[in-house]
Amino acid sequence: MKILFFALIVKPVVLIVLGINLRNREKLPMSGPAIIVANHNSHLDTLVLMSLYPLSMIHKVRPVAAADYFLGNGGFLAWLSLVCIGIIGMDRSGKSGKEGLFKGCHQALDNNDILILFPEGSRGKPEEMSALKKGVYFIVKDRPHIPVTPVMMHGLGRSLPKGEVLLVPFNCDVVVGNSVPVTDNSSSYVDAISEQFKQLSQYCLTKSDTAEESL
Amino acid sequence: MFFNIPQYSFYTMATVVGLLVLATVVRLYLKNKYPATDYTELRQRIQSWWVMIGLLFVVLTVSKTAAVVFFGFLSFLALKEFLSIVPTRLTDRKVIFWAYLSIPFQYYWVSAGWYGMFIIFIPVYVFLFLPMCMVLKGDTKGFIRSAGIIHWATMLTVFSISHIAFLLMLPVKNELAGFVGPVLFLLFMTQFNDVCQYVWGKLLGKHKIIPKVSPNKTWEGFLGGLVTITICAGLVAPLLTPLSNLQGLMAGALIGASGFIGDVVISSVKRDLDIKDSGNFIPGHGGILDRLDSLTYTAPLFFHFLYYTYY
Repeated sequence: MKILFFALIVKPVVLIVLGINLRNREKLPMSGPAIIVANHNSHLDTLVLMSLYPLSMIHKVRPVAAADYFLGNGGFLAWLSLVCIGIIGMDRSGKSGKEGLFKGCHQALDNNDILILFPEGSRGKPEEMSALKKGVYFIVKDRPHIPVTPVMMHGLGRSLPKGEVLLVPFNCDVVVGNSVPVTDNSSSYVDAISEQFKQLSQYCLTKSDTAEESL
Repeated sequence: MFFNIPQYSFYTMATVVGLLVLATVVRLYLKNKYPATDYTELRQRIQSWWVMIGLLFVVLTVSKTAAVVFFGFLSFLALKEFLSIVPTRLTDRKVIFWAYLSIPFQYYWVSAGWYGMFIIFIPVYVFLFLPMCMVLKGDTKGFIRSAGIIHWATMLTVFSISHIAFLLMLPVKNELAGFVGPVLFLLFMTQFNDVCQYVWGKLLGKHKIIPKVSPNKTWEGFLGGLVTITICAGLVAPLLTPLSNLQGLMAGALIGASGFIGDVVISSVKRDLDIKDSGNFIPGHGGILDRLDSLTYTAPLFFHFLYYTYY
């Protein structure tokens, strides 16, 4: 199901309707366990990132997503998220404590999967970075050998921003960075990652007004 | 006649494929002779030429409709690339969506051979319609700039490029070239002009022509290319188009000069945005706009030269 979904829908849409300016493809981790941290502007982010992988590997690539949003109401969205995309649900309510919170992620990593994390937590305003959350640190702190690769994306917030239904074709930039080694505390680690994002965003070809103002 | 391609058009296609084979052989020779040098970009460039020319020849052979759809798709990719590199407002998303929708309409007029609609649709109707949509959205900050950007992009990538497709629909006046003749002539002369200007510039280039926009462009390259193309066009025009030798010379001069302008206009866009290539869609060449830049000028100008003299 996941392979069909990507072969017939996601890959053609990403290739024809969107179009990617990909930089440093060779830095993308091609085998698990690995973690990709990316900025988040659009639902398309996940699909674009996953489409970079060959179909034979698609089942190893697992986006981490909010359980309340994607799985909360069941129905079509939950089916799409679980069966077609294969997300790992993250309980944002705070009931399950730190260990329980990251259990799914740790299991997946032990299973040699590649996790996709969006440390901003939410898509936020189109094409703007919000403050990073610290969860990624707690996922890798006991597994320092796992590479954490930052990926900066730009342009997808224009194609399909939060709260819009109409998808408008634009090229997007996907810039892959060097993996960020674990530091000794969560805030310095998050700072290191956001520094990387800042550097990677210089390589983006696409522009938008909001990006201009924030520079 | 081979594969239903008229004689002279077939010879032209064969010549182009021959040139590509030659380029490939030279590259392999270079690679063997100087194994230490990195020829990756040259290799990608030539491979991309194979793909682009292969695709073009296949669609031109299949049918007129296939070729019109192909050029429409090129317009779409070029417009998308253009709107992706220039700053646009988020409120313009819907307007941009309408701008994309102009492509199927414009190419439908082409395939129907409806010249009157083809020629006014974008300069009149789309031109008036897009700002109306923007007004209805109500965001006036940056209105002038957005209206300018979106319409200019549509003119360059949809209106200009669709002239190539309309060349296919003109009644055939040179039976030995067929409907593909003028298109092959335009595409071949435009791309050959780019190559000639580059080669002459490398060989003799001294006096910069517009250093602020494009430091590699020289008077020697420009004039060398112009003269070469004018002569080539004078010789080839009677074979591929209804034009006489003299008219061919004029068409060649027109293509040589306007091809240069198209090239530097897109260069200025990129310079303004501080980027080198408009994308990386075509390995070794950059984006689709980097390849279509000269054509945005040569296509309408050559079309109207031909249309005025013979139709």
